[in-house]
Amino acid sequence: MALSGIQIYKLLPQTNCKECGFPTCLAFAMKLAAKQVELSACPYVTEENKAQLAESSAPPIRLITLTGGAGKGAGGEVKAGNEVVMYRHEKTFYNKPGLFIRVQSAESVAAAEAYKVNYVGMDLTIDGFALEADSPTAMAETVQAVRAVTKRPLILISQNPEVLQAGVSQLPGEKPLLCGADASNWENMAALAKTCGCPLTVRAESIDGLADLTEKIKAKGVEDLVLDPMTAHLGKSLALYTQLRRLALKNTRSVGYPILSFACNATDELAAASQAIAKYAGFIVLSEFRPELLYALLVLRENIYTDPQKPIQVQPGIYEINAPKPESPVLVTTNFSITYFAVANEVEGAGLPAWLVVCDAEGMSVLTAWAAGKFDAERIAKAIRGFDVASKVSKKRVVLPGHVAVLSGELEAELPDWEIRVGPREAVDLPAFMKQALN
Amino acid sequence: MPIEIPKEKWTGKVRVVTLGATAAEGGTRTRVVTVGGQACMPFLHFEHPTPHPPVLAIEIKSRPPTDWSPILMETWGEAIRNPATWAAAAEAAGAEMFVLWLTLEDTPEEATQAVRAVLGASGLPLAVFGPGQAEKDNELLVAVAEAAKGERLLLGICEDKNYRTIVATALANGHLVSARSPMDVNLAKQLNILITDMGLPADRIIMDPTTGALGYGIEYGYSVMERLRLSALQGDSMTQFPMLVTVGFEAWKTKEAKVGEGVPASWGDWQQRAIDWEIGTAMTLIEAGADILVLRHPESVKRVKAAITELMTA
Ligand code: B12
Ligand code: SF4
Repeated sequence: MALSGIQIYKLLPQTNCKECGFPTCLAFAMKLAAKQVELSACPYVTEENKAQLAESSAPPIRLITLTGGAGKGAGGEVKAGNEVVMYRHEKTFYNKPGLFIRVQSAESVAAAEAYKVNYVGMDLTIDGFALEADSPTAMAETVQAVRAVTKRPLILISQNPEVLQAGVSQLPGEKPLLCGADASNWENMAALAKTCGCPLTVRAESIDGLADLTEKIKAKGVEDLVLDPMTAHLGKSLALYTQLRRLALKNTRSVGYPILSFACNATDELAAASQAIAKYAGFIVLSEFRPELLYALLVLRENIYTDPQKPIQVQPGIYEINAPKPESPVLVTTNFSITYFAVANEVEGAGLPAWLVVCDAEGMSVLTAWAAGKFDAERIAKAIRGFDVASKVSKKRVVLPGHVAVLSGELEAELPDWEIRVGPREAVDLPAFMKQALN
Repeated sequence: MPIEIPKEKWTGKVRVVTLGATAAEGGTRTRVVTVGGQACMPFLHFEHPTPHPPVLAIEIKSRPPTDWSPILMETWGEAIRNPATWAAAAEAAGAEMFVLWLTLEDTPEEATQAVRAVLGASGLPLAVFGPGQAEKDNELLVAVAEAAKGERLLLGICEDKNYRTIVATALANGHLVSARSPMDVNLAKQLNILITDMGLPADRIIMDPTTGALGYGIEYGYSVMERLRLSALQGDSMTQFPMLVTVGFEAWKTKEAKVGEGVPASWGDWQQRAIDWEIGTAMTLIEAGADILVLRHPESVKRVKAAITELMTA
């Protein structure tokens, strides 16, 4: 259970020595309760009290980090856990579930490794690979083969600790996920996880079974655990994952760990993986590399894990697409990322030069902003003047999104020396419009 | 000690709504569709059984669509030339009901003719949606509602601008309304209040909270639906309505679904991607509480239906 400021205060030295940077121990305790400072800022807490305080300040779902061959940083790490809500609107979801591809062949690994897809200006990729082998030699060989192609974090699968040991020994300095412990092998698995310091999954069909295993393994000194509830059945996994998240948020420590989903075993992988993304998985294993499936899942993951308080937006301004010249057309749009990239990608992809004026519409789409009064003739005119568009072009002509054709009259009044044109409604049709109607 | 599974103790419940009327009830449908009745978040059977699974509607148009993805045009082939043949094909593809979407070009006579044709071609329940321009919707839907009196059609799009006319005709002719609001809990609630204030019984209202496709604002729709459903379970009577989402309309207007050439190779196979886009959008919204999903591709209907069956068993 989380402690209150007063409860924390009682566990502090109460000398008000100020070394933590706060005037009193009580002030520091209050900040600790609000999770705004680290306990380590006070050098004088006794070891015993430290343990108690650490336990109370631990997040309800333990943060588990897998590292690959590139170490920390770009693409080298996958984190899961640290979630604090059931529904994203209550705050936000934090750590996007890692997407892992099951290794079938060396070629598929290379293709998946190279995979990159751009969504609203972000390059999205998979997070790692899951590999299974039935003997230590086979595991060592597979790991070597995979490591020749990719440095991404790995999930090693076997019920036999010796097989996993053989894999881990090929991965010095890395933290793959060991998968994993069950009721029959947990002691040896715990021993392995303890020596190599890698996170370990526990496998059981029921919540009691999972909790029983995590308790036993934790008693052996292994804390980095991941739950594998052994089902890819849509109905069962929805119920189980929901129950696990609820229990964890109610501080049931024995199940306060991220969940591993084997969507690869589902009847419909897309349905199962979409559910796992929205409903509480921390790591997801997919059966094979299939670009269209991955693209849909990577986008869904971005969507579900966007902070609901902050729409993703781009900086308002004038953007140059394909090195525009003074005679190139001027297009206007809003600063909602999805909108901006829909338009920019279309024009850029068609190789057409243009000036793209991005108005400050508080990060809203064209119609939303229009309906909210954040994208009107006045604002557009202000942007055109503010970014001094006139000085860049030889032809004062501006193209409005087709959805806000109604603004053209007012905009003419705002910008009397400009020609106002109404473009198509959808960005897909912009290149054709630019080629045919603008010259 | 066994861990006790925490169960939410909700006080509210979603209303049960039936679409379509059989001969005994004054219509001509051979089958009706019933949705709603949930007393917990979607498919948490350990808390409360799910009395009625989500229903899949297939969207058909009164005249051949001009802006649909070539994939859809090819799939439906000749069927799109005639709402009656289209309805029959949609039923064969697994539709549990239809949404007949009228167009701006339709006259009231053409609209009623299309509705009669669909009613004649199949015994499934029918929703009829106007093109989405308040005045035109009124003109077409009033004619349709009168011509199909007693069928318990679901009439849309009923929004703040035109709800009076649509509700009045639903009241007079024994139909239901699909109340659409732009992705906002309070606006949805307010519209439902206005509609019930006019005297339409609450079991004749479906709400359409508006959604976006995967990659195009789905997260807003998703969260608004979760919030509406939570509010219903907490006992707010004016949010206790089943929810309809126009998944096909949203998913198939995306570039991912519409365009096969000149897109990044990382988007994968066009046909598969387009269908995945519709299914991904549908499955995500089902998790958020969708009761009626309006889809466009037969393959999506098949796969989403299988997924619902699996969700219904625990
Ligand atoms: C997601 C969404 C929201 C989100 C906001 C998302 C955001 N950051 O903008 C939320 C939930 C917050 C929201 C709120 C509201 N919304 Co809203 N929302 C939507 C929704 C579902 C999708 C919008 C979207 O993201 N589209 C994707 C982007 C990429 O589209 P886009 O910006 O239009 O860009 C496309 C084209 O315009 C074109 N394009 C863009 N720029 C340019 C430039 C040129 C030159 C050209 C040629 C083309 C072009 O290319 C793009 C791709 O084709 C739509 C309905 C729908 N399904 O479309 C309703 C919708 C836009 N919302 C609507 C409304 C009314 C509102 C609210 C006013 C409701 C309210 N009173 O609360 C509020 C306003 C916000 C506020 N008061 O703060 C209405 C607008 C009605 C109308 N026609 O006026 C819509 C259409 C829903 C509806 N049918 O009623 N909304
Ligand atoms: S450093 Fe520790 S003992 Fe000193 S004031 Fe801060 S909390 Fe108190």
